[in-house]
Amino acid sequence: MAMPANEIEALIRTALPGAEVTITDLAGDGDHYAAHVVAPEFAGKSRIAQHQMVYRALGGRMGGELHALQLTTAVPT
Amino acid sequence: MSEHSHSATDTRIAEIVNGNQVVLFMKGTPLFPQCGFSSRAIAILEHLGVEYASVDVLQDMEIRQGIKSFSDWPTIPQLYIGGEFVGGSDIMMEMFEAGELQQMVEGLKQAG
Repeated sequence: MAMPANEIEALIRTALPGAEVTITDLAGDGDHYAAHVVAPEFAGKSRIAQHQMVYRALGGRMGGELHALQLTTAVPT
Repeated sequence: MSEHSHSATDTRIAEIVNGNQVVLFMKGTPLFPQCGFSSRAIAILEHLGVEYASVDVLQDMEIRQGIKSFSDWPTIPQLYIGGEFVGGSDIMMEMFEAGELQQMVEGLKQAG
């Protein structure tokens, strides 16, 4: 099952309005993505907490309809 | 939602996590990982040269579902060190590149 990149970005930006989201379609098949999310909301959070915030933004899709999302997170500098 | 019942599966997972200093919940086995992310996690552990246990979630549906709520983490693989959830393969890679995973493993060797 595929999910368009702009939909992923929109979900993340809805939950984390300050986020800068960069999505790369790794295989060109609309199913294997890498997302880099830079958000002020991450400040003071552990890596695990930062990733959980993104997963929560994606609702139940992560691990389901979105299988392959490589995720990296950072606080803006 | 706030009341999290402690199920039998949670107890089993807690026993695995607390009974092994380093344990990876994965799809497949270290020799035959069944998913690219699990394969990447194994490659990192092998590179660290640390002894680790692994649990093939494909062989156990209860653990496969239960591990996700146990850690509030939606995906597999999941790495636990010293009883604590460390992260999935992306966090493992970030921590490996930053030298943090090496430090955690060294800490275990000294403690053990």
